[in-house]
Amino acid sequence: MSGEAARSYALGDRVRIVDLGKPGHVRTPIYVRNKVGVIDYCCGNFENPENRAYGRVGRERIPLYRVRLKQRELWPDYEGAEDDSLVLEIYHHWLRPA
Amino acid sequence: MDHSEHDHDHDHDHHHDHGHHDHAHAPHPIREDDDVALSHGEAKFLALKGLLIEKGIVTADEVRRRLEINDRGTPHQGARMVARAWLDPAFKARMLKDAKAAARELAIEVTEAELMAIENTPDCHNLIVCTLCSCYPRSLLGEPPAWYVSKAYRSRAVREPRKVLREFGLSFPDSVEVRVHDSNADLRYVVLPMRPAGTDGLSEAELAALVSRDCLVGAALPGN
Repeated sequence: MSGEAARSYALGDRVRIVDLGKPGHVRTPIYVRNKVGVIDYCCGNFENPENRAYGRVGRERIPLYRVRLKQRELWPDYEGAEDDSLVLEIYHHWLRPA
Repeated sequence: MDHSEHDHDHDHDHHHDHGHHDHAHAPHPIREDDDVALSHGEAKFLALKGLLIEKGIVTADEVRRRLEINDRGTPHQGARMVARAWLDPAFKARMLKDAKAAARELAIEVTEAELMAIENTPDCHNLIVCTLCSCYPRSLLGEPPAWYVSKAYRSRAVREPRKVLREFGLSFPDSVEVRVHDSNADLRYVVLPMRPAGTDGLSEAELAALVSRDCLVGAALPGN
C-alpha cells in the first residue's frame, strides 16, 4: 500500500482505510477497504486482535479509532440521504493520511 | 473468559429447560428433548472444558458462575439507563462520556471492555450492527435477538439501512441522517433514544417500560 501511516490521528483528520491483504483474524471489513473517511473518535489503545486471536496476548497496545464514512463513499449507488453515514472501528496500522 | 476478548460468532445459547414434562396448568409448545448428537462445536467445548477442569486451570463452579454472569444481562438494564438519562441531564452527560461507569452508578456491571452510548437526536438516527460476527453488549442487554446475528441483517444494515429500518416500521425523512455503527472491534454500543413526546410526569420506572430491547440498537423507537 502506498504511503506511511501517520504517528497518530486527530479528530476530523481525513484517512484512507487501506487493504493490508492480511489473512486470519482481522477486524477491518472488506467493504471499507480503500475508502476514505474522517476520524470521529479516538478510542484509546487496545491489543491487536491480529495477535490476540492466535494466543499472542499481552503485547503492545495500538491506537483504535472510530472512522466515519459517507454512505455514498461506500456505495456509489446508495439509496438514501446524502448525509447518511457509517462509523466503525479501525486499528491504526490500517489507516493512512488522505 | 477474558472480557476484552472478542465475541466471535458463538451464540451463547443457554437454554433454560427445566425438564418438566408434565405441566398440567398451561398449554405451551412442547420442547424437543435434546438427545441428539453433539455438534462439532459442542463436542469441542465439552472436551476443552473437561481438560481445563481436570488440569485444575478452572473449576466447574467458576464456569457455572461465569455463565450466571452472562445470563444477568437483560434489555431492562439498558432501559433503566435510558430512563435515568431522560430524567437526569447530569447522568446523561456521564453516560455519553463513559457508559460503563454510568451503568455502575445503577449497580449494573458491564463486563465488556468498553461501552459507548450513542444518542439519537432530531437530526440523526443511529443503528447498531456487527458485520463481522455478533458483537453486542451482552452483559448489559443479554443475548442479542436472532435477527441481529443473522447474515441478512449484518450485511443489509450497512448497505441499505433505510430499507432495513422501514422493515422494522421506522421511516425517516432525508433531513434526518441515518448513521450506522459497525461494532466490528473492541467497543460495544447502546443507543440512547429520544424521549417520546407526551411522557411528562411519568416515573422513572414508567419511562423505562417504554424502552424495548430493539430501541437500544436503534431498530425501534420508545413507546411504539
